[in-house]
Amino acid sequence: MTLSHGASTGLADKLEQAREDAERPLSREEVAEIITEVVMSMSGDLTPLDLKVYKELNGLAGFIQAARHEIAEIRPQEIGSEYIPTATDELDAVVMSTEEATGRILDSAEQLMTIAGEQEDAFQEKLTEIAMAIFEASNFQDVTGQRITKVVRTLKHIETKIDALIGVLGEEVERSKAEAHAEGEGNGKASDQDLLNGPQLPQNAIDQDEIDRLLASFD
Amino acid sequence: MSVDTNMNVLIVDDYKTMLRIIRNLLKQIGFDNVDEATDGSQALTMLREKNFGLVISDWNMEPMTGLQLLREVRADNQLKALPFIMITAESKKENVVTAKEAGVSNYIVKPFNAQTLKMKLESVLGAF
Repeated sequence: MTLSHGASTGLADKLEQAREDAERPLSREEVAEIITEVVMSMSGDLTPLDLKVYKELNGLAGFIQAARHEIAEIRPQEIGSEYIPTATDELDAVVMSTEEATGRILDSAEQLMTIAGEQEDAFQEKLTEIAMAIFEASNFQDVTGQRITKVVRTLKHIETKIDALIGVLGEEVERSKAEAHAEGEGNGKASDQDLLNGPQLPQNAIDQDEIDRLLASFD
Repeated sequence: MSVDTNMNVLIVDDYKTMLRIIRNLLKQIGFDNVDEATDGSQALTMLREKNFGLVISDWNMEPMTGLQLLREVRADNQLKALPFIMITAESKKENVVTAKEAGVSNYIVKPFNAQTLKMKLESVLGAF
């Protein structure tokens, strides 16, 4: 969309004159004349199809802008930087703790087998049967471990996609991050709800001895 | 002719817990000479160094999977007749078909029990 050459020359002259007369405010009639000339020159270049396309593009731009804003409001950076890493760490901890627990159960079952070997026939058979049942039941850990590993892999895939989305959104996400930061400042004290996020991962937890020392420090 | 339960058995799995479970179940069934490997390549080296009568292997391991190990075993003139049982959580029909086509002797899906293991051993090695 451009102004026609004749119209733009006339308009440019008038604008130049207006700048020179800046000390003197333009009259209502002079302002109306300039505006009318701009509108007339524009309409001369636009077909109804141009106007329709322009309207559609304008609507589309508005829709995209609103969508970007709404996605940024969801704070996708928190999903990628906080929720998914937390979820994968928690799942890794599940695998590790069940593996440790299974190891201890197997220790006991092996001790049971040793004791069984020292017993009379009927008793030996019963103890062996119990130990075998424990061994059989313990192979759940391999299957659950593999299932959890698959979930972790899926979460990491989602994280990659979210990182790509954040890259596209850029500015909106930064704005939303700043707003989230401002909201989070509060009075600096954790609410009751904030305190409920256990069980902690091993690296974030303190053990019973540390808890006892901490409690004692209040005395 | 009964099966020689004194034969060397190689169990292959990347989960130490599973190695321990299979070892204990085999011991209870009567197999005391059990060696362990944690992936296919380690297992292949052991198979070429020592005389084994049976391999029981997981599928999903790195760097060499149980399926790759099976193919290596079947392609090796010295090892190709070795009984090979796959114990795996891979339970799709296509997995079983692929393993069978690669020459697996039998296939056990995790989780499994001692009875299943004993039945499969008997079907591969004969009654004991």
